[in-house]
Amino acid sequence: MRSPTPRRPGRRREALAAYGFIAPNYALLLVFVLVPLVGALVVSLQRTDGFGAGEFAGLENYARLGSDTLFWRALGNTVLFTLIVTPVSMLFGLVAATLLNTALPARPLFRSLLILPMAVSGVATALIGVLVFDQNSGVLNKLLGTFGLPAITWQSDAGPAFLSIVLVTVWWRTGFNMLIYLAGLQGIGPDLHEAARLDGAGTLQRFRHVTVPLLGPTTFFLTVLNVIYSFQVFDIVFVLTGGGPAGATSVLVTYAYETGFVTRDQGYAAAIGMILFLFALVFAAAQWRASRTKDVAE
Amino acid sequence: MSARPGVRRTAHRGLLVRTGVVALVGLLTISPLYWMVAVAFSTRSELLGGRELRLWPREVTLENVERVFASFPVAAWFGNSVAISLVVMILSVTTSLLAGYAFSQLRFPGSTALFFVALATLVLPVQVIMVALFRIVTDMGLYGTYWAVILPTAASAFGLFLARQFMTGIPRELIEAARLDGAGHLTTFLRIVLPLSKPLIAVLAFMSLLSSWNDFAWPLIALKENRLFTLPIGLLYLQGQSGSDYGATMAFALINIVPIAVVFLLFQRYFIAGFARSGIK
Repeated sequence: MRSPTPRRPGRRREALAAYGFIAPNYALLLVFVLVPLVGALVVSLQRTDGFGAGEFAGLENYARLGSDTLFWRALGNTVLFTLIVTPVSMLFGLVAATLLNTALPARPLFRSLLILPMAVSGVATALIGVLVFDQNSGVLNKLLGTFGLPAITWQSDAGPAFLSIVLVTVWWRTGFNMLIYLAGLQGIGPDLHEAARLDGAGTLQRFRHVTVPLLGPTTFFLTVLNVIYSFQVFDIVFVLTGGGPAGATSVLVTYAYETGFVTRDQGYAAAIGMILFLFALVFAAAQWRASRTKDVAE
Repeated sequence: MSARPGVRRTAHRGLLVRTGVVALVGLLTISPLYWMVAVAFSTRSELLGGRELRLWPREVTLENVERVFASFPVAAWFGNSVAISLVVMILSVTTSLLAGYAFSQLRFPGSTALFFVALATLVLPVQVIMVALFRIVTDMGLYGTYWAVILPTAASAFGLFLARQFMTGIPRELIEAARLDGAGHLTTFLRIVLPLSKPLIAVLAFMSLLSSWNDFAWPLIALKENRLFTLPIGLLYLQGQSGSDYGATMAFALINIVPIAVVFLLFQRYFIAGFARSGIK
Protein backbone atom coordinates (compact mmCIF):
# COMPACT_ATOMS: atom_id res chain seq x y z
CA MET A 1 0.00 0.00 0.00
CA ARG A 2 2.65 2.47 1.03
CA SER A 3 5.09 3.67 -1.59
CA PRO A 4 8.70 2.57 -1.08
CA THR A 5 10.13 6.09 -0.66
CA PRO A 6 8.60 7.16 2.68
CA ARG A 7 9.34 3.72 4.03
CA ARG A 8 13.02 4.30 4.56
CA PRO A 9 12.83 7.13 7.11
CA GLY A 10 10.10 5.08 8.83
CA ARG A 11 12.43 2.16 9.08
CA ARG A 12 15.24 4.30 10.38
CA ARG A 13 12.92 5.81 12.95
CA GLU A 14 11.82 2.30 13.93
CA ALA A 15 15.45 1.27 14.45
CA LEU A 16 16.18 4.38 16.49
CA ALA A 17 13.12 3.74 18.64
CA ALA A 18 14.23 0.12 19.11
CA TYR A 19 17.69 1.18 20.31
CA GLY A 20 15.98 3.57 22.71
CA PHE A 21 13.81 0.75 24.07
CA ILE A 22 16.74 -1.61 24.64
CA ALA A 23 19.10 1.09 25.93
CA PRO A 24 18.36 0.82 29.68
CA ASN A 25 18.75 -2.97 29.66
CA TYR A 26 21.89 -2.99 27.52
CA ALA A 27 23.53 -0.09 29.36
CA LEU A 28 23.30 -2.08 32.61
CA LEU A 29 24.39 -5.26 30.84
CA LEU A 30 27.37 -3.50 29.27
CA VAL A 31 28.68 -1.82 32.40
CA PHE A 32 28.01 -4.59 34.92
CA VAL A 33 28.39 -7.80 32.89
CA LEU A 34 30.18 -7.36 29.55
CA VAL A 35 32.92 -4.98 30.68
CA PRO A 36 33.73 -7.15 33.75
CA LEU A 37 33.70 -10.20 31.46
CA VAL A 38 36.36 -8.63 29.25
CA GLY A 39 38.17 -7.65 32.44
CA ALA A 40 38.10 -11.28 33.62
CA LEU A 41 39.41 -12.43 30.24
CA VAL A 42 42.32 -9.99 30.53
CA VAL A 43 43.07 -11.06 34.11
CA SER A 44 43.01 -14.72 33.02
CA LEU A 45 45.99 -13.93 30.80
CA GLN A 46 47.95 -12.39 33.68
CA ARG A 47 50.20 -13.59 36.45
CA THR A 48 48.70 -11.88 39.52
CA ASP A 49 50.20 -11.20 42.93
CA GLY A 50 47.03 -11.17 45.01
CA PHE A 51 46.83 -7.40 45.29
CA GLY A 52 45.31 -6.72 41.90
CA ALA A 53 48.48 -5.98 39.96
CA GLY A 54 49.53 -8.41 37.24
CA GLU A 55 51.78 -8.92 34.28
CA PHE A 56 50.95 -10.50 30.95
CA ALA A 57 51.61 -14.23 31.02
CA GLY A 58 49.87 -15.47 27.89
CA LEU A 59 48.11 -18.79 28.29
CA GLU A 60 50.14 -19.80 31.36
CA ASN A 61 47.08 -19.97 33.63
CA TYR A 62 45.23 -22.13 31.13
CA ALA A 63 48.24 -24.44 30.82
CA ARG A 64 48.26 -24.90 34.61
CA LEU A 65 44.72 -26.31 34.46
CA GLY A 66 45.91 -29.48 32.74
CA SER A 67 47.94 -30.73 35.69
CA ASP A 68 45.70 -29.39 38.46
CA THR A 69 43.96 -32.43 39.97
CA LEU A 70 41.65 -30.21 42.07
CA PHE A 71 40.40 -28.56 38.88
CA TRP A 72 39.67 -31.90 37.22
CA ARG A 73 37.95 -33.12 40.33
CA ALA A 74 35.77 -30.00 40.47
CA LEU A 75 34.97 -30.38 36.76
CA GLY A 76 34.08 -34.06 37.22
CA ASN A 77 31.91 -33.25 40.24
CA THR A 78 30.12 -30.48 38.33
CA VAL A 79 29.33 -32.79 35.40
CA LEU A 80 28.24 -35.65 37.69
CA PHE A 81 26.10 -33.28 39.76
CA THR A 82 24.45 -31.93 36.60
CA LEU A 83 23.87 -35.42 35.17
CA ILE A 84 22.12 -36.57 38.34
CA VAL A 85 20.23 -33.49 39.52
CA THR A 86 18.80 -32.42 36.13
CA PRO A 87 16.97 -35.65 35.16
CA VAL A 88 15.96 -36.59 38.71
CA SER A 89 14.44 -33.23 39.63
CA MET A 90 12.78 -32.96 36.20
CA LEU A 91 11.30 -36.45 36.47
CA PHE A 92 9.95 -35.73 39.96
CA GLY A 93 8.58 -32.42 38.69
CA LEU A 94 6.92 -34.10 35.71
CA VAL A 95 5.33 -36.89 37.76
CA ALA A 96 4.10 -34.45 40.42
CA ALA A 97 2.70 -32.05 37.78
CA THR A 98 0.93 -34.87 35.93
CA LEU A 99 -0.64 -36.13 39.15
CA LEU A 100 -1.67 -32.65 40.24
CA ASN A 101 -3.26 -32.09 36.84
CA THR A 102 -5.79 -34.87 37.55
CA ALA A 103 -8.74 -34.87 39.93
CA LEU A 104 -7.26 -35.21 43.44
CA PRO A 105 -8.50 -34.34 46.89
CA ALA A 106 -6.89 -31.21 48.39
CA ARG A 107 -5.12 -30.42 45.12
CA PRO A 108 -4.31 -26.72 45.85
CA LEU A 109 -2.84 -27.72 49.21
CA PHE A 110 -0.55 -30.33 47.65
CA ARG A 111 0.48 -27.94 44.90
CA SER A 112 1.35 -25.26 47.45
CA LEU A 113 3.33 -27.77 49.51
CA LEU A 114 5.36 -28.97 46.55
CA ILE A 115 6.35 -25.53 45.26
CA LEU A 116 7.22 -24.16 48.68
CA PRO A 117 10.97 -25.05 48.55
CA MET A 118 11.29 -22.82 45.47
CA ALA A 119 10.73 -19.75 47.65
CA VAL A 120 13.45 -20.73 50.15
CA SER A 121 16.78 -18.95 49.66
CA GLY A 122 19.84 -21.02 48.76
CA VAL A 123 21.50 -20.15 52.07
CA ALA A 124 18.42 -21.15 54.10
CA THR A 125 18.06 -24.35 52.04
CA ALA A 126 21.68 -25.24 52.71
CA LEU A 127 21.30 -24.48 56.43
CA ILE A 128 18.19 -26.67 56.63
CA GLY A 129 20.41 -29.25 54.89
CA VAL A 130 22.99 -28.80 57.67
CA LEU A 131 20.27 -29.38 60.28
CA VAL A 132 19.10 -32.54 58.52
CA PHE A 133 22.49 -33.99 57.52
CA ASP A 134 24.76 -32.99 60.46
CA GLN A 135 26.40 -36.34 61.17
CA ASN A 136 26.63 -35.74 64.94
CA SER A 137 23.37 -34.05 65.87
CA GLY A 138 21.37 -33.90 62.62
CA VAL A 139 17.76 -34.99 62.20
CA LEU A 140 18.45 -37.81 59.76
CA ASN A 141 21.10 -39.60 61.81
CA LYS A 142 18.99 -39.28 64.99
CA LEU A 143 16.10 -40.74 63.04
CA LEU A 144 18.28 -43.65 61.87
CA GLY A 145 19.38 -44.12 65.49
CA THR A 146 15.77 -44.25 66.62
CA PHE A 147 15.28 -47.25 64.35
CA GLY A 148 18.53 -48.81 65.56
CA LEU A 149 20.33 -48.11 62.28
CA PRO A 150 23.96 -46.96 62.13
CA ALA A 151 24.70 -43.26 61.56
CA ILE A 152 25.87 -42.14 58.12
CA THR A 153 29.05 -40.06 57.90
CA TRP A 154 27.53 -37.24 55.83
CA GLN A 155 30.49 -34.88 56.41
CA SER A 156 33.57 -37.03 56.70
CA ASP A 157 33.03 -39.35 53.73
CA ALA A 158 33.09 -38.35 50.08
CA GLY A 159 30.11 -40.37 48.83
CA PRO A 160 27.58 -39.38 51.51
CA ALA A 161 28.72 -35.74 51.33
CA PHE A 162 28.11 -35.68 47.57
CA LEU A 163 24.77 -37.41 48.06
CA SER A 164 23.74 -34.77 50.60
CA ILE A 165 24.26 -31.87 48.15
CA VAL A 166 22.40 -33.83 45.45
CA LEU A 167 19.43 -34.56 47.74
CA VAL A 168 19.21 -30.99 49.01
CA THR A 169 19.34 -29.60 45.47
CA VAL A 170 16.70 -32.04 44.17
CA TRP A 171 14.46 -31.00 47.07
CA TRP A 172 15.05 -27.35 46.21
CA ARG A 173 14.66 -27.63 42.43
CA THR A 174 11.75 -30.06 41.93
CA GLY A 175 9.09 -27.44 42.73
CA PHE A 176 10.18 -25.12 39.93
CA ASN A 177 10.20 -27.96 37.40
CA MET A 178 6.75 -29.01 38.55
CA LEU A 179 5.45 -25.47 38.21
CA ILE A 180 6.68 -25.07 34.65
CA TYR A 181 5.35 -28.53 33.73
CA LEU A 182 1.99 -27.52 35.22
CA ALA A 183 2.03 -24.44 33.00
CA GLY A 184 2.84 -26.69 30.04
CA LEU A 185 0.05 -29.12 30.89
CA GLN A 186 -2.46 -26.25 30.84
CA GLY A 187 -1.85 -26.07 27.11
CA ILE A 188 -2.88 -29.71 26.53
CA GLY A 189 -6.63 -30.07 26.10
CA PRO A 190 -8.48 -32.97 27.76
CA ASP A 191 -9.83 -34.23 24.40
CA LEU A 192 -6.54 -35.89 23.39
CA HIS A 193 -6.51 -37.87 26.62
CA GLU A 194 -10.16 -38.74 26.10
CA ALA A 195 -9.44 -39.97 22.56
CA ALA A 196 -6.55 -42.11 23.80
CA ARG A 197 -8.70 -43.49 26.60
CA LEU A 198 -11.41 -44.45 24.12
CA ASP A 199 -8.73 -46.23 22.09
CA GLY A 200 -8.05 -48.32 25.18
CA ALA A 201 -4.83 -46.65 26.41
CA GLY A 202 -4.19 -47.08 30.14
CA THR A 203 -2.96 -44.36 32.48
CA LEU A 204 0.73 -45.13 31.98
CA GLN A 205 0.33 -45.49 28.21
CA ARG A 206 -1.44 -42.14 28.03
CA PHE A 207 1.35 -40.57 30.09
CA ARG A 208 4.01 -42.02 27.79
CA HIS A 209 2.33 -41.48 24.43
CA VAL A 210 0.25 -38.35 24.96
CA THR A 211 1.56 -36.26 27.86
CA VAL A 212 5.32 -36.70 27.44
CA PRO A 213 5.49 -35.97 23.66
CA LEU A 214 3.23 -32.91 23.96
CA LEU A 215 5.42 -31.54 26.75
CA GLY A 216 8.50 -31.74 24.50
CA PRO A 217 9.09 -27.97 24.27
CA THR A 218 8.65 -27.60 28.04
CA THR A 219 11.13 -30.40 28.63
CA PHE A 220 13.60 -28.72 26.29
CA PHE A 221 13.25 -25.37 28.06
CA LEU A 222 13.64 -27.00 31.48
CA THR A 223 16.63 -29.10 30.41
CA VAL A 224 18.52 -26.01 29.26
CA LEU A 225 17.60 -24.08 32.41
CA ASN A 226 18.41 -26.95 34.78
CA VAL A 227 21.77 -27.66 33.18
CA ILE A 228 22.67 -23.97 33.32
CA TYR A 229 21.69 -23.74 36.98
CA SER A 230 23.45 -27.00 37.86
CA PHE A 231 26.64 -25.79 36.22
CA GLN A 232 26.39 -22.65 38.32
CA VAL A 233 25.64 -24.40 41.62
CA PHE A 234 27.21 -22.38 44.42
CA ASP A 235 25.05 -21.48 47.44
CA ILE A 236 24.26 -25.07 48.47
CA VAL A 237 27.83 -26.36 48.17
CA PHE A 238 29.42 -23.25 49.67
CA VAL A 239 27.24 -23.33 52.79
CA LEU A 240 26.47 -27.04 53.21
CA THR A 241 29.85 -28.70 52.60
CA GLY A 242 32.24 -25.90 51.64
CA GLY A 243 33.45 -28.26 48.91
CA GLY A 244 34.69 -30.79 51.46
CA PRO A 245 35.71 -33.30 52.58
CA ALA A 246 39.02 -32.86 50.72
CA GLY A 247 37.41 -31.49 47.56
CA ALA A 248 34.87 -34.32 47.27
CA THR A 249 32.00 -31.89 46.69
CA SER A 250 34.02 -29.07 45.16
CA VAL A 251 32.44 -27.77 41.93
CA LEU A 252 33.81 -25.37 39.33
CA VAL A 253 32.16 -22.24 40.71
CA THR A 254 33.18 -22.88 44.33
CA TYR A 255 36.69 -23.79 43.17
CA ALA A 256 36.96 -20.57 41.13
CA TYR A 257 35.61 -18.60 44.11
CA GLU A 258 38.06 -20.18 46.55
CA THR A 259 40.96 -19.61 44.18
CA GLY A 260 40.04 -15.97 43.61
CA PHE A 261 38.96 -14.89 47.06
CA VAL A 262 40.68 -17.21 49.52
CA THR A 263 43.94 -18.20 47.81
CA ARG A 264 43.78 -14.85 45.97
CA ASP A 265 45.29 -16.34 42.81
CA GLN A 266 43.08 -14.12 40.68
CA GLY A 267 44.61 -14.80 37.28
CA TYR A 268 44.18 -18.52 37.71
CA ALA A 269 40.65 -18.10 39.14
CA ALA A 270 39.71 -16.06 36.08
CA ALA A 271 41.03 -18.81 33.80
CA ILE A 272 38.87 -21.40 35.61
CA GLY A 273 35.90 -19.06 35.21
CA MET A 274 36.53 -18.64 31.49
CA ILE A 275 36.63 -22.40 30.97
CA LEU A 276 33.41 -22.76 32.93
CA PHE A 277 31.73 -20.04 30.84
CA LEU A 278 32.96 -21.62 27.60
CA PHE A 279 31.65 -25.04 28.62
CA ALA A 280 28.19 -23.69 29.46
CA LEU A 281 28.10 -21.61 26.28
CA VAL A 282 28.99 -24.53 24.02
CA PHE A 283 26.40 -26.72 25.70
CA ALA A 284 23.67 -24.09 25.41
CA ALA A 285 24.53 -23.46 21.74
CA ALA A 286 24.44 -27.21 21.02
CA GLN A 287 21.03 -27.52 22.68
CA TRP A 288 19.76 -24.53 20.76
CA ARG A 289 20.91 -25.98 17.42
CA ALA A 290 19.49 -29.40 18.25
CA SER A 291 16.08 -27.88 18.95
CA ARG A 292 16.23 -25.76 15.79
CA THR A 293 17.02 -28.73 13.53
CA LYS A 294 14.25 -30.69 15.24
CA ASP A 295 11.78 -27.87 14.57
CA VAL A 296 12.82 -27.78 10.91
CA ALA A 297 12.54 -31.55 10.60
CA GLU A 298 9.02 -31.55 11.96
CA MET B 1 -23.20 -52.46 31.54
CA SER B 2 -21.46 -55.33 33.26
CA ALA B 3 -18.10 -53.60 32.80
CA ARG B 4 -19.05 -50.53 34.84
CA PRO B 5 -18.38 -51.69 38.40
CA GLY B 6 -14.95 -52.93 37.28
CA VAL B 7 -14.15 -49.65 35.61
CA ARG B 8 -15.24 -47.78 38.69
CA ARG B 9 -13.12 -49.97 40.94
CA THR B 10 -10.06 -49.38 38.74
CA ALA B 11 -10.71 -45.65 38.73
CA HIS B 12 -11.09 -45.77 42.49
CA ARG B 13 -7.81 -47.62 42.95
CA GLY B 14 -6.13 -45.17 40.56
CA LEU B 15 -7.26 -42.24 42.66
CA LEU B 16 -5.98 -43.94 45.79
CA VAL B 17 -2.56 -44.64 44.26
CA ARG B 18 -2.28 -41.12 42.89
CA THR B 19 -3.25 -39.55 46.20
CA GLY B 20 -0.80 -41.83 47.99
CA VAL B 21 2.11 -40.87 45.70
CA VAL B 22 1.36 -37.15 45.95
CA ALA B 23 1.00 -37.39 49.74
CA LEU B 24 4.36 -39.17 50.00
CA VAL B 25 6.10 -36.54 47.85
CA GLY B 26 4.35 -33.85 49.89
CA LEU B 27 5.59 -35.40 53.12
CA LEU B 28 9.19 -35.58 51.86
CA THR B 29 8.96 -31.97 50.74
CA ILE B 30 7.48 -30.60 53.91
CA SER B 31 9.48 -32.52 56.53
CA PRO B 32 12.72 -30.46 56.27
CA LEU B 33 10.58 -27.33 56.62
CA TYR B 34 8.80 -28.89 59.58
CA TRP B 35 12.16 -29.50 61.27
CA MET B 36 13.18 -25.92 60.67
CA VAL B 37 10.00 -24.66 62.38
CA ALA B 38 10.17 -27.23 65.21
CA VAL B 39 13.80 -26.43 66.00
CA ALA B 40 13.17 -22.69 65.77
CA PHE B 41 10.46 -22.88 68.45
CA SER B 42 12.02 -25.31 70.91
CA THR B 43 14.82 -25.03 73.44
CA ARG B 44 18.38 -25.78 72.50
CA SER B 45 18.64 -29.42 73.45
CA GLU B 46 15.06 -30.54 73.31
CA LEU B 47 14.75 -32.21 69.89
CA LEU B 48 18.31 -33.07 68.96
CA GLY B 49 19.93 -33.29 72.40
CA GLY B 50 19.22 -36.94 73.16
CA ARG B 51 20.39 -40.09 71.42
CA GLU B 52 17.03 -40.51 69.77
CA LEU B 53 14.94 -38.02 67.87
CA ARG B 54 11.97 -36.31 69.50
CA LEU B 55 9.34 -35.67 66.87
CA TRP B 56 7.89 -32.52 68.44
CA PRO B 57 8.84 -30.18 71.29
CA ARG B 58 7.21 -30.65 74.72
CA GLU B 59 6.74 -26.92 74.92
CA VAL B 60 6.89 -24.15 72.38
CA THR B 61 9.26 -21.29 73.18
CA LEU B 62 10.03 -17.92 71.62
CA GLU B 63 13.48 -17.96 73.25
CA ASN B 64 15.36 -18.41 69.93
CA VAL B 65 13.47 -15.63 68.17
CA GLU B 66 14.08 -13.27 71.10
CA ARG B 67 17.79 -14.15 71.22
CA VAL B 68 18.15 -13.48 67.50
CA PHE B 69 16.41 -10.11 67.75
CA ALA B 70 18.51 -9.16 70.80
CA SER B 71 21.89 -10.02 69.26
CA PHE B 72 21.50 -9.03 65.60
CA PRO B 73 20.10 -6.00 63.72
CA VAL B 74 17.27 -8.09 62.29
CA ALA B 75 14.95 -5.16 61.54
CA ALA B 76 17.69 -3.30 59.63
CA TRP B 77 18.57 -6.40 57.58
CA PHE B 78 14.91 -6.97 56.83
CA GLY B 79 14.55 -3.37 55.70
CA ASN B 80 17.64 -3.70 53.48
CA SER B 81 16.19 -6.79 51.84
CA VAL B 82 12.84 -5.10 51.22
CA ALA B 83 14.41 -1.93 49.82
CA ILE B 84 16.92 -3.69 47.57
CA SER B 85 14.56 -6.29 46.16
CA LEU B 86 11.78 -3.78 45.47
CA VAL B 87 14.10 -1.42 43.61
CA VAL B 88 15.64 -4.32 41.67
CA MET B 89 12.15 -5.55 40.82
CA ILE B 90 11.01 -2.18 39.47
CA LEU B 91 14.19 -1.68 37.42
CA SER B 92 14.33 -5.22 36.09
CA VAL B 93 10.64 -5.42 35.12
CA THR B 94 10.83 -2.03 33.40
CA THR B 95 14.00 -2.76 31.45
CA SER B 96 12.79 -6.25 30.47
CA LEU B 97 9.43 -4.96 29.20
CA LEU B 98 11.01 -2.14 27.19
CA ALA B 99 13.60 -4.39 25.59
CA GLY B 100 11.07 -7.19 25.06
CA TYR B 101 8.91 -4.80 23.03
CA ALA B 102 11.83 -3.86 20.79
CA PHE B 103 12.89 -7.47 20.20
CA SER B 104 9.38 -8.74 19.52
CA GLN B 105 7.79 -5.91 17.53
CA LEU B 106 10.48 -3.71 16.00
CA ARG B 107 12.97 -4.39 13.26
CA PHE B 108 16.47 -3.03 13.70
CA PRO B 109 20.00 -3.89 12.54
CA GLY B 110 21.91 -6.12 14.94
CA SER B 111 18.81 -7.35 16.78
CA THR B 112 19.69 -11.06 16.51
CA ALA B 113 23.29 -10.53 17.63
CA LEU B 114 22.24 -8.31 20.53
CA PHE B 115 19.62 -10.80 21.65
CA PHE B 116 22.15 -13.64 21.64
CA VAL B 117 24.63 -11.56 23.62
CA ALA B 118 21.98 -11.13 26.34
CA LEU B 119 21.14 -14.84 26.23
CA ALA B 120 24.81 -15.77 26.54
CA THR B 121 25.04 -13.88 29.83
CA LEU B 122 22.46 -16.34 31.21
CA VAL B 123 25.15 -19.02 31.38
CA LEU B 124 27.68 -16.69 33.03
CA PRO B 125 27.96 -17.24 36.78
CA VAL B 126 28.63 -14.00 38.63
CA GLN B 127 31.63 -15.62 40.33
CA VAL B 128 33.47 -15.56 36.99
CA ILE B 129 33.33 -11.76 36.76
CA MET B 130 33.32 -10.95 40.47
CA VAL B 131 36.83 -9.54 40.76
CA ALA B 132 36.45 -7.23 37.76
CA LEU B 133 32.90 -6.26 38.75
CA PHE B 134 34.07 -5.37 42.23
CA ARG B 135 36.68 -3.03 40.78
CA ILE B 136 34.11 -1.29 38.56
CA VAL B 137 31.62 -0.90 41.41
CA THR B 138 34.37 0.56 43.62
CA ASP B 139 35.60 2.90 40.87
CA MET B 140 32.05 4.19 40.41
CA GLY B 141 31.91 4.99 44.11
CA LEU B 142 29.03 2.57 44.70
CA TYR B 143 30.79 0.35 47.21
CA GLY B 144 29.25 0.74 50.64
CA THR B 145 25.81 1.63 49.23
CA TYR B 146 22.74 -0.39 48.24
CA TRP B 147 23.47 0.45 44.59
CA ALA B 148 26.47 -1.88 44.62
CA VAL B 149 23.95 -4.73 44.76
CA ILE B 150 21.04 -3.14 42.90
CA LEU B 151 22.62 -1.99 39.64
CA PRO B 152 24.59 -5.15 38.73
CA THR B 153 21.47 -7.32 39.23
CA ALA B 154 18.91 -4.96 37.70
CA ALA B 155 19.15 -6.16 34.07
CA SER B 156 17.73 -9.64 33.70
CA ALA B 157 18.55 -11.71 30.62
CA PHE B 158 15.93 -14.25 31.64
CA GLY B 159 13.34 -11.47 32.03
CA LEU B 160 14.24 -10.11 28.61
CA PHE B 161 13.85 -13.59 27.11
CA LEU B 162 10.44 -14.13 28.75
CA ALA B 163 9.23 -10.68 27.71
CA ARG B 164 10.22 -11.27 24.09
CA GLN B 165 8.54 -14.70 24.05
CA PHE B 166 5.35 -13.33 25.52
CA MET B 167 5.14 -10.20 23.38
CA THR B 168 5.76 -12.16 20.18
CA GLY B 169 2.31 -13.60 20.85
CA ILE B 170 0.66 -10.16 20.72
CA PRO B 171 -1.08 -9.84 17.30
CA ARG B 172 0.87 -7.60 14.94
CA GLU B 173 -2.40 -6.15 13.59
CA LEU B 174 -3.08 -4.50 16.95
CA ILE B 175 0.29 -2.81 16.89
CA GLU B 176 -0.03 -1.79 13.24
CA ALA B 177 -3.53 -0.41 13.79
CA ALA B 178 -2.24 1.79 16.59
CA ARG B 179 0.68 2.92 14.42
CA LEU B 180 -1.68 3.80 11.53
CA ASP B 181 -3.70 5.88 13.96
CA GLY B 182 -0.55 7.91 14.39
CA ALA B 183 0.56 6.54 17.76
CA GLY B 184 4.30 6.69 18.39
CA HIS B 185 6.22 3.62 19.60
CA LEU B 186 6.12 4.75 23.21
CA THR B 187 2.35 5.33 23.07
CA THR B 188 1.83 1.95 21.39
CA PHE B 189 3.93 0.32 24.07
CA LEU B 190 2.10 2.04 26.93
CA ARG B 191 -1.47 1.86 25.60
CA ILE B 192 -1.55 -1.42 23.64
CA VAL B 193 1.28 -3.70 24.74
CA LEU B 194 1.40 -3.06 28.49
CA PRO B 195 -2.32 -3.67 29.16
CA LEU B 196 -2.07 -7.00 27.28
CA SER B 197 1.06 -7.99 29.23
CA LYS B 198 -0.39 -8.25 32.74
CA PRO B 199 0.32 -11.99 33.14
CA LEU B 200 3.87 -11.37 31.91
CA ILE B 201 4.35 -8.50 34.36
CA ALA B 202 3.20 -10.76 37.20
CA VAL B 203 5.77 -13.43 36.26
CA LEU B 204 8.60 -10.93 35.75
CA ALA B 205 7.85 -9.13 39.00
CA PHE B 206 7.72 -12.28 41.03
CA MET B 207 10.79 -13.94 39.44
CA SER B 208 12.78 -10.77 40.06
CA LEU B 209 11.53 -10.35 43.61
CA LEU B 210 12.32 -13.97 44.41
CA SER B 211 15.82 -13.98 42.99
CA SER B 212 16.71 -10.63 44.50
CA TRP B 213 15.27 -11.48 47.93
CA ASN B 214 17.30 -14.72 47.97
CA ASP B 215 20.41 -13.51 46.12
CA PHE B 216 23.62 -14.55 47.81
CA ALA B 217 26.88 -14.75 45.86
CA TRP B 218 27.20 -11.14 44.69
CA PRO B 219 25.74 -9.41 47.81
CA LEU B 220 28.20 -11.47 49.88
CA ILE B 221 31.04 -9.65 48.12
CA ALA B 222 29.35 -6.29 47.57
CA LEU B 223 28.02 -5.75 51.11
CA LYS B 224 30.97 -5.83 53.46
CA GLU B 225 29.35 -3.68 56.12
CA ASN B 226 27.15 -5.39 58.66
CA ARG B 227 24.51 -2.63 58.62
CA LEU B 228 23.90 -3.09 54.87
CA PHE B 229 23.42 -6.87 54.96
CA THR B 230 20.40 -8.44 53.34
CA LEU B 231 18.66 -11.39 55.02
CA PRO B 232 20.58 -14.26 53.29
CA ILE B 233 23.93 -12.59 54.04
CA GLY B 234 22.80 -11.91 57.61
CA LEU B 235 21.75 -15.54 57.89
CA LEU B 236 25.18 -16.82 56.94
CA TYR B 237 26.83 -14.28 59.26
CA LEU B 238 24.55 -15.30 62.10
CA GLN B 239 25.32 -18.97 61.52
CA GLY B 240 29.03 -18.17 61.62
CA GLN B 241 28.53 -16.41 64.96
CA SER B 242 26.26 -18.96 66.59
CA GLY B 243 27.88 -22.16 65.33
CA SER B 244 25.76 -25.17 66.18
CA ASP B 245 22.99 -23.09 67.80
CA TYR B 246 20.39 -24.49 65.44
CA GLY B 247 17.54 -22.75 67.28
CA ALA B 248 18.86 -19.27 66.45
CA THR B 249 19.81 -20.18 62.88
CA MET B 250 16.43 -21.74 62.10
CA ALA B 251 14.51 -18.89 63.75
CA PHE B 252 16.34 -16.43 61.52
CA ALA B 253 15.95 -18.67 58.46
CA LEU B 254 12.20 -18.41 59.04
CA ILE B 255 12.41 -14.60 58.96
CA ASN B 256 14.14 -14.95 55.58
CA ILE B 257 11.64 -17.45 54.19
CA VAL B 258 8.15 -16.58 55.47
CA PRO B 259 7.54 -13.20 53.73
CA ILE B 260 8.50 -14.37 50.24
CA ALA B 261 6.76 -17.74 50.72
CA VAL B 262 3.51 -15.97 51.60
CA VAL B 263 3.75 -13.74 48.52
CA PHE B 264 4.52 -16.79 46.42
CA LEU B 265 1.63 -18.89 47.69
CA LEU B 266 -0.81 -16.00 47.24
CA PHE B 267 0.25 -15.37 43.64
CA GLN B 268 1.04 -18.88 42.42
CA ARG B 269 -2.04 -19.00 40.14
CA TYR B 270 -1.01 -15.86 38.22
CA PHE B 271 2.49 -17.18 38.07
CA ILE B 272 1.50 -20.49 36.45
CA ALA B 273 -0.93 -18.75 34.09
CA GLY B 274 1.73 -16.21 33.09
CA PHE B 275 4.26 -18.91 32.33
CA ALA B 276 1.66 -20.91 30.39
CA ARG B 277 1.14 -17.88 28.15
CA SER B 278 4.82 -17.05 27.64
CA GLY B 279 5.06 -19.55 24.79
CA ILE B 280 7.29 -21.91 26.74
CA LYS B 281 4.83 -24.75 27.01
